[in-house]
Amino acid sequence: MASKQILSPLPGTFYRRPAPDQPPFKSEGDTVEVGDVVGLVEVMKSFHEVKADAAGTLGAFLIDDEDAVMAGQAIADLEG
Amino acid sequence: MREVRLLVANRGEIAVRIIRAAKELGFVTIQAHSRADADSLAVRLADEAVDIGPPQASKSYLKIEALLEAAKSTGATAVHPGYGFLAENADFADAVEAAGLAFIGPTGDAIRLMGDKVAARQAAAAAGVPTVPGSEGHVRTLHEARPVVARTGFPLMIKAAAGGGGRGIRIVRDEAEFERLLPQASAEAKAAFGDGGLYLEKVVERARHVEVQILGDGQHVVHLFERECSLQRRRQKVWEEAPSAGLSAAVRRKLCASAVALARAVNYRGAGTLEYLYDDQSHDFYFIEMNTRIQVEHPVTEMVTGIDLVREQLRVCLGQKLRHTQDQIRLHGHAIEVRLNAEDPARDFAPGPGTIDRLSLPGGPGVRFDSLLYAGYTVPPFYDSLLGKLIVWDEDRSHALARLARALGELEIGGVATTRALHLALAADPDVRAARYHTTWLERWLEENAARLAPATDRTGEVPTA
Repeated sequence: MASKQILSPLPGTFYRRPAPDQPPFKSEGDTVEVGDVVGLVEVMKSFHEVKADAAGTLGAFLIDDEDAVMAGQAIADLEG
Repeated sequence: MREVRLLVANRGEIAVRIIRAAKELGFVTIQAHSRADADSLAVRLADEAVDIGPPQASKSYLKIEALLEAAKSTGATAVHPGYGFLAENADFADAVEAAGLAFIGPTGDAIRLMGDKVAARQAAAAAGVPTVPGSEGHVRTLHEARPVVARTGFPLMIKAAAGGGGRGIRIVRDEAEFERLLPQASAEAKAAFGDGGLYLEKVVERARHVEVQILGDGQHVVHLFERECSLQRRRQKVWEEAPSAGLSAAVRRKLCASAVALARAVNYRGAGTLEYLYDDQSHDFYFIEMNTRIQVEHPVTEMVTGIDLVREQLRVCLGQKLRHTQDQIRLHGHAIEVRLNAEDPARDFAPGPGTIDRLSLPGGPGVRFDSLLYAGYTVPPFYDSLLGKLIVWDEDRSHALARLARALGELEIGGVATTRALHLALAADPDVRAARYHTTWLERWLEENAARLAPATDRTGEVPTA
């Protein structure tokens, strides 16, 4: 069961990859340290990193790559 | 003319602008909108609206099939692409025409020609329009590039021929840097765009950005004088004027004639803008590119000529002839436009969406506000940050500056941070008031002044003395 969640700090479009032709920042099951980048949120054409604020193991992503996200919405489960 | 049903394939303030012009012509307006824009001002003002997909532009406003399907399902007879999104996508223009609809813009072939930087330069040279000294075609190797450098000197700009939006641009200041960076630039262009072709261009330092507005009906072309847009941040225009305060009447005549010559050479149809760099020391101007769309800053031209550009663009793209001869188009007074973006100038222009909880618009003579705002509207995070444009006209530049400061003082947009404080400070700046600037002036000004653009100054506008 997820003990924590990683939340989007901003509303916008969520991206799991730094660029379309690059691998995702993190995948399900990856270990995450505090401050690790797990994705980007595009707000009005500017990009902001979404960082983990706790350490743990990344559970399921709750938002698909390139989907719309609201501020405070959960992006992924964090187990640990 | 049979009934025109115009699909507006864009959003924001330009969609509102297009709807207004189209309604005045008696057209039925149909607003194509993403799901994030269902409550937009454009949707409220249009006669009809059609959902074209999810919020992300790549799944809605940039999706050719979705727009064609919307045009078909609503019985549209014409499509206006606005600016940005698909406005300069030749395949979209072709697809619209292939579907039997009028595209409110030039032909796909004209878009293609002007969108290819090398082909556009060659067309300019053939029409006798000066271009920035640089390579005649694509170069890939040092061996091909060295003779170009011998002509242009340094500093020199290396650009990916297939690039865009400032991507793949390098500026080199000497021989050694050039020998090191050119092969690297070609390899990167090959990786990023699949084409290692580069083009080289002399950097004109301390240049002013001037641009000529033209209108064509596919046969005849007229100009509507120039705009100056030298105040830029990260290559984005923030403040535009018409006419340019930096041009003499003689240079203006030559510049505008060159724009007409080039547009005529490509049998241009619609509204277009030819952008130039102007060196106010040598009085030389150089063509840089043509934008084959209506531009954000078109209102300043409308204010000084009295001609509704969107109306005329709609007419000529629906097959009518130009209604104005060159000698009927007169320059009268001075106009200034400032862009109100949902950005905080005190925090490095961080963009921020939000809900507009207060809206108080300026009025009085010579004041116009083109925007996507209404009180209670929630600005979505998915698109660019332009909220609106404040445009003022007056009989000369110094009166226009005073009017701008007065109007900015009346403007209140509550609920989101805006660039209003920046424009108030610029309107009072001695260099701006003397029109002493060039395209990198604002970046340097911001290094010294951005800190004092605190949101607190956003409340009360000091009106500078004229």
